[in-house]
Amino acid sequence: MIPGSFEYHRPSSVQEAVGLLAKLGDDSRAIAGGHSLIPMMKLRLATPAHLVDLGGIADLKGIRTDGDDIVIGAMTTQHELVSSDLLASKIPILRETSLQVADPQVRYVGTLGGNVANGDPGNDMPAVMMCLGAIYHVMGKSGERRVAARDFYQGAYFTALEGGDVLTAVRIPVPPAGHGYAYEKLKRKIGDYATAAAAVLLTMSGGKVASCSIGLTNVAETPLWAEEAANILEGSTLDAATVKRAVAAAEAITAPASDARGPAAYRTKMAGVMLTRALARARSKAHG
Amino acid sequence: MAKSQVSMEVNGRAVEALVEPRTLLIHFLREQLRLTGPHIGCETSHCGACTVDLNGKSVKSCTMFAVQANGANIRTIEGMANPDGTLDALQEGFREMHGLQCGFCTPGMITRAYRLLQENNNPSEEEIRFGIAGNLCRCTGYQNIVRAIQYAAAKLNGVPFQEAAE
Repeated sequence: MIPGSFEYHRPSSVQEAVGLLAKLGDDSRAIAGGHSLIPMMKLRLATPAHLVDLGGIADLKGIRTDGDDIVIGAMTTQHELVSSDLLASKIPILRETSLQVADPQVRYVGTLGGNVANGDPGNDMPAVMMCLGAIYHVMGKSGERRVAARDFYQGAYFTALEGGDVLTAVRIPVPPAGHGYAYEKLKRKIGDYATAAAAVLLTMSGGKVASCSIGLTNVAETPLWAEEAANILEGSTLDAATVKRAVAAAEAITAPASDARGPAAYRTKMAGVMLTRALARARSKAHG
Repeated sequence: MAKSQVSMEVNGRAVEALVEPRTLLIHFLREQLRLTGPHIGCETSHCGACTVDLNGKSVKSCTMFAVQANGANIRTIEGMANPDGTLDALQEGFREMHGLQCGFCTPGMITRAYRLLQENNNPSEEEIRFGIAGNLCRCTGYQNIVRAIQYAAAKLNGVPFQEAAE
C-alpha cells in the first residue's frame, strides 16, 4: 500500500509550523508519530497534499515541572513517558497507561500529543487526561490558548482543534502525594484498542474517599469523564453498595458501538467491570 | 512531486539518495537499497516483520516515510552478523533453539530482540514476551523464539544457557 503524493515540510519551530498550516490550508496535515495518520494515508482515507512534520521542533519535546504542574511536550513519545523517573514518581498512572498502548515499536514513535489530539475514541490517553484534569496548550493563527481535556472532545475525530492549530503541550496538575490510581483496560489481545477501559484517581482520608476522578475509554464517540459516578464515591469507604451505585452511574453515560470488540451492552458492562477493578486497585495504592 | 535528498547511515554505510516524500522507509530499504531482509508482512503496523533499529529504537519501517529517516542511523538484519561474518548471539540463538520455521518474521524478531537486549541484558521470560509483543509469528507459537532470546542473553552475559524446566 502506497500513500498518495504529498509535499513534505519539516519546520523547526512551532511558529513556522503554524504558519505553514495556515498558509497551506485544508489540504495540509500535521504529522506527529504518524502511527494513526500513515496507516490512514496508506488506505487513502487521508490524502493530504502537504504534510507538516512536527518531528524537527525541539520545543515540542521534553517533560518539565512548572509550579504545581508537570508539562509534557506534545512530541514526547510513549516510550519516553514510560522511561521518565519524574512521571513514575509524580504521576504514575501515565506509565501504567503507556505500557498498555499498542506495542514496543509503536511506543518508541507514537507521541502523547498525537494520542490526545487525534480524537480517536480508542486512544487510551484522552480518558486518562480527563481523569487527571489535564490542560492542552494549543497554538493557532491567533496565538496560544489553553483547553481543558474535559472540554476538548466533541465527537469521534472531532475536537476543539481548528484548522491550522497545533497541540503543543499537555499540562497536568500533579496529584497529591499518596493518591491511588489505576488504568484497567480490557482488550482482546496485547496491543489492541480497549473493549472498555477505566482510569481512576483518588485520595483517601481517614478511610474515606476525599476526592475521586474517573475517565472511561472507547465506550462512546468520545472519551468520558464520569463526574456523577465520582461524586457518588466521595465521602464513602468504597463499600460494595456505594461502588455498585457509582458503577451504575458510569455505565449510564456510556454509548458504545457494537463492533468486533462486542455488542454495545457487553461493552457497557465491561466498562463497569473495569471501573470496579480500577477502584479496588486505586484504593489499595492510596494512603489514608 | 519533487524528490527530496536524504542521507543516512545504514548498517555502518553512508547512504545518499533521492526519494519521493511518500516513499515508505520499508520500500526505500528494500527497493532502493536492495536490503530485502526487513519484510513487508501486514502493511498495517501490526506484524513487526518490517522492524529495523533506527537511532536506538525499534521501528516499524512500514509506518515511517524515508524522508523522516533523514540523518538517521539504521541497522537491519543485514547488519546484524559479527564483522568476521559469523553469526551474532541472537542469530546463533535462533538457529540453535529452532526459533524459526518459515523464517518470515525472523528478521523483525531478531532486530527487535537486539534492542530489547540492549535495554535489558537479562530479561525474564515475561519481559521477553512483553518486549516482542509487536512482532507476530504464525509458525512457532513463540516458545522457541523466547528460548532463542534467552540463549542470546546468556551468551552475551558469558553464562551458560539453562533451559527452564518444562
